[in-house]
Amino acid sequence: MIGLKSFLARGIEWLERLFDVAFGQRHNPLHHLGALGFLFFWVAFVSGVYLYVGLDTSVAKAFASVETMTHSVWFFGGVMRSLHRYGSDALVAMLIVHLIREFAHDRLRGARWFTWVTGIPLIWLIYIAGISGYWLVWDQLAQYIAIATTEWLDWLPIFGEPIARNFLAPSSLDDRFFTLMIFIHIAVPIMMVFVLWIHLQRVARPEYLPSRTLSIGTMVMLIGLSLVFPATSHAPADLLTVPRTLKLDWWYLVIYPVIERFGPGPAWYGLVGFSFLLTFLPWLPPLKRAKAAVVDLAHCNGCRRCVADCPYNAISMVPRTDGRPFLEEALVDPALCVACGICAGACPTSIAFRTTETLPTGIDLPDASIADLRRRIRQASAKTKGGPRVMVFGCTNGLEVERLGGDNVAPVVVPCIAALPPSFIDYALSRDLAEGVFVVGCAETGCANRFGVDWMSDRLGGRRDPRLRARVPRERLATCWARRVERGRAAEELAAFAARLGALAPAVQPEPPKRVPETVP
Amino acid sequence: MNAVRIALQGCFYAGFAVLIGYFAASPSYRHFPEETADIKVSFSHGAQRKGGCRPRTPEELAKLPPNMRAPLLCPRERVPMLLEVEIDGRIAMRGVLPPTGLSRDGTAHVYRRIPVSAGTHTVTLRLRDSERTDGFDYEKRLDLAFAAGQSLPVDFRAEWGGFVIR
Repeated sequence: MIGLKSFLARGIEWLERLFDVAFGQRHNPLHHLGALGFLFFWVAFVSGVYLYVGLDTSVAKAFASVETMTHSVWFFGGVMRSLHRYGSDALVAMLIVHLIREFAHDRLRGARWFTWVTGIPLIWLIYIAGISGYWLVWDQLAQYIAIATTEWLDWLPIFGEPIARNFLAPSSLDDRFFTLMIFIHIAVPIMMVFVLWIHLQRVARPEYLPSRTLSIGTMVMLIGLSLVFPATSHAPADLLTVPRTLKLDWWYLVIYPVIERFGPGPAWYGLVGFSFLLTFLPWLPPLKRAKAAVVDLAHCNGCRRCVADCPYNAISMVPRTDGRPFLEEALVDPALCVACGICAGACPTSIAFRTTETLPTGIDLPDASIADLRRRIRQASAKTKGGPRVMVFGCTNGLEVERLGGDNVAPVVVPCIAALPPSFIDYALSRDLAEGVFVVGCAETGCANRFGVDWMSDRLGGRRDPRLRARVPRERLATCWARRVERGRAAEELAAFAARLGALAPAVQPEPPKRVPETVP
Repeated sequence: MNAVRIALQGCFYAGFAVLIGYFAASPSYRHFPEETADIKVSFSHGAQRKGGCRPRTPEELAKLPPNMRAPLLCPRERVPMLLEVEIDGRIAMRGVLPPTGLSRDGTAHVYRRIPVSAGTHTVTLRLRDSERTDGFDYEKRLDLAFAAGQSLPVDFRAEWGGFVIR
């Protein structure tokens, strides 16, 4: 399983890198698959509402009404119908890639199981909505789907009389069955919105729509496809004939050839088995979870920065319990915490300059404390030889910084790049532990912990607390947002940075740092 | 944004559009062979009761509450039916259709598709729905000309005299 994930992750990263060239990291579509899925869902939803106005919901007139919309009202009907189809198809494409990408990057285990598991019913709902939509056209494809679906459902021992009998002859089919299908086709997408809401419950600041650039490009693509290759119907349904050759929409209807090839029973077993496999993937194999972040009330002043930065809604503010003169205190839900350490990086008391060795802070990771980080910074610096000495901060999910550069490089790895409090950069430079600091994180908007790179960029750029102090010489600081497969580029940028450092005048040590009290006043 | 980047984006969008558009209707799928037709046999029918009715004895009647003293005792359970479809003298389908329900007193159902080659065929449909051990209660023999791709629905209505072509 780990080997498969690693193989897939590497392939996806190469693909992402290819997309970077065209879109840049920030607008890379592979970083916004969920948001693109939302966009396609809304395209299908809005065009569906529009089409419903013109659809005659009777068996006798459904086909004719769709044909009228497609051909007589070409633009407002035909293009909208095509948008409805291609938006729905693109939603499935996004779903498939999103699923594979999250699996490959192992973003389904630990505290993330909830988001993964609640995504499984969405797959079923998307397919039910899509298949029921094809039914409503009542052409030969609809006839094939209707009969194949009811025969497949009849395999289940839950219906008294075979429901496929409804399609025995034209006289046996009435409008009520159609009404049921329309109800399903409208109710299921509404249900999807509700399940999507649940799906995102443990995701802080979910992205509901892609960036404007990406949205415009995608819409132009969908409209262009609709104009060039408009969606059309098969011949009208006739229950006294058997549809022979069909233009299947493989995005939705791939299951039907499977049913015909293997029979309804094996198809059910396969589908339900696959759903169970997907559902239990977060525990295959069981993950040894890192310990959740812990709040130290003696150093927490209830500033809310950890809550604002947590990408998983794992921290909330509750009324103060220790009698100290603050309104609130941070509370970590261990079930939601992935131990990324972003909260420790955001805490204003995560300051490296304190004299105490334990280095207490308001919120910290038991397995990767900031005291341990300072100790590792010192150790890494002590091991460097030659110059200029560069301290390279990397993250466990990003590229291996230990394999960058030579003896002059001091690599230090943190759980996420935003787990690095900016004061530690100041510390490394002002205490002469390095001549320069090189910060390496995941690709922009592609951070393994969602916002690590964004938060770190904002902190270094002075746009987000805790900000990097103004006294830190910016020419001695460089960032590199790269994928694991981009070690070559990172090494080149590091070498160029080291060369620039070598050309700089020796660093002027700032005033000794002001002593920070051990506890927050 | 430079021209090269826009051109590359155009290529990616076009590639995605081709992928979506192609699999939205291609490749074609041959669901049913050429020169073949389909007979769909499907009906829902309640077979006769298992065992005939018999009069209750005076002792049996005495044990019952006064409002339930029906003179005849009729079993609920129905017999399983036997369905046979013969095409050109060869058995194409033969199956036992058990009654539904916990007490085995419900109607039996069948839904079966039988492919036949296009052309003229003699189709014989037979159904046994009684306790008899040989022979059939209903039989219908038809000489039918099947067109390629035709679907022939066969129903059964006892009140209409047996098998019905719909």
